[in-house]
Amino acid sequence: MAVTRGFTGRRRARDPRLPPGQYDVGTDWPVLNAESTPHLGSERWSFLVDGLVAEPVSWTWDEIRALPGSSYSGDIHCVTSWSKFGMRFDGVSVDTLLEAVALDPAAAYVMATSHTGYTTNLPLADVAGGKAWVVWDVDGLPLSDEHGGPARLLVPHLYFWKSAKWVSGLRIMAADEPGFWERNGYHDRGDPWLEQRYQGD
Amino acid sequence: MAALSWQSATVVEIRRETPTAKTFRLKVPDAVPHVAGQYYVLRLTAEDGYSAQRDYSVASVPGSDTVDLTVELLADGEVSGFLHEVVEVGDELEVRGPIGGFFAWRGDSPALGVAGGSGVVPLMSMLRLSRGLDPSLFRLVVSARRPADLYYADEIVGDRTTVVYTRQAPPGFGRPLGRLTAEDLAAVLEPGQTVFVCGAPPFCDHATDLLQSKGVPSDRIRVERFGPS
Repeated sequence: MAVTRGFTGRRRARDPRLPPGQYDVGTDWPVLNAESTPHLGSERWSFLVDGLVAEPVSWTWDEIRALPGSSYSGDIHCVTSWSKFGMRFDGVSVDTLLEAVALDPAAAYVMATSHTGYTTNLPLADVAGGKAWVVWDVDGLPLSDEHGGPARLLVPHLYFWKSAKWVSGLRIMAADEPGFWERNGYHDRGDPWLEQRYQGD
Repeated sequence: MAALSWQSATVVEIRRETPTAKTFRLKVPDAVPHVAGQYYVLRLTAEDGYSAQRDYSVASVPGSDTVDLTVELLADGEVSGFLHEVVEVGDELEVRGPIGGFFAWRGDSPALGVAGGSGVVPLMSMLRLSRGLDPSLFRLVVSARRPADLYYADEIVGDRTTVVYTRQAPPGFGRPLGRLTAEDLAAVLEPGQTVFVCGAPPFCDHATDLLQSKGVPSDRIRVERFGPS
C-alpha cells in the first residue's frame, strides 16, 4: 500500500475484532440493498429447502418459529467496510433446517434466495456446522423490514451480503454458481478476514 | 470479471460543488472505462500501515479520460474530512474500480434517475451520458434542501431535469417547498423506464414507496443507498 501524503487516520488502537480494511460503525446500522424494501409481513413469508434433496421441505412463519431456537452473539462485517460489534440475533440454526431434508451426496453449495428475487451463493460448509442461522430478532426486537424482516439469513463469518435479507430458502447445488452480487463482480465466498471483496481477491 | 487492482491516481483538479461537496478529478493510469452509475473504492494509508477506505460514485461521463469523484463532507468523516481538508492537486490517491454492475446504465434504454442530495453523483454520470447520446432517453429528478446544496448547479438544469427543494427555493420557483411527492414523479414517469434511486436510506425508501404507489414494478427499480459509511 502506498502511503497517502498527510494521512494519519484516527489515532486509535486497532480493535482486534476488526478484519482488514474495516472500521467500527458504532451504534449505526447502515442499510444497503439494491432493491426497494419489501413489506412482506410474517403471513406472506415462507422458507423452502429444495434442489439436491430427496424431498423439498418448506416452513411457514409459525412452523419455523416452532423449531428449536438458536442465537448468535457477535460481530458482523459489511463489504462496504463497516463492521458492527456485539450484536445478538435470534432464530433457528440452518443445521436444524438441513436436518429436515435428505441431502444428495453431491450437495456442495447452496443458493440462498429472497422473496425479492435476490440470490447469493455459498459453500454448503459455510451454512452448516453452527455457522449460519435464519433469524427474526435482533438485539431482542423483531427485524425491521429494512434489515430483512420478517426473517433473514445470517452468516456472520462472511461479508454481510451473504446474509440474504427477506430470505425465502436455500437451493442445494452440486456446483457453485454466482448469485446477484457475485454476478456483479463480488467474491464467491466473501471471507472478511481474507478481504475477499471482489472476484479475483 | 477480472480482478481489479489498486492503482495510484493523480488528483488533477479539485472543484467545489457546494459548501460541503467537492469533486476530485483523477487521472487513473490504467483506467477501465466505467459504466454510468458505477463507483470506485478509495483508500488512504498512513505511514504505520493504518488504512481507511470508502466507496465513491463516479460523476463524470463514461469515456472521459479522467474520473470525477464527488465527495460529501460528512460530520466526523474520517475519509471525507481528509479529502476535503488535506488533499491538493498533484496528490496521489489509491483507487480501485470501477465497481458495480446493477446500479449501472449503458444509455441503451429509457431510464429515470431519482436523487436525494449527494445521491445525484452516479445519476449525473447518466445525465451526462444521455446528453451526448440521446437526451430523450433519460430524465432526472433531484431533491435538494436549498439552492446552495444542489450539486452541479450550472450543468444539471435542463428540460429533462426536475429539481425539488425541501427547505428553501430560489425566488419565483414554481413548486412549493417540500418532500418529493408522487405527483413530482408522475410527471416524469414513462412506460419501460428503469428507475435508478440514489440517496440516503430514508430518501430511497420514500422514493421507492412513491414509485410503487404509481405502479412502477419493483423489478424496474434499482436503489443505491448512501449511508454514513
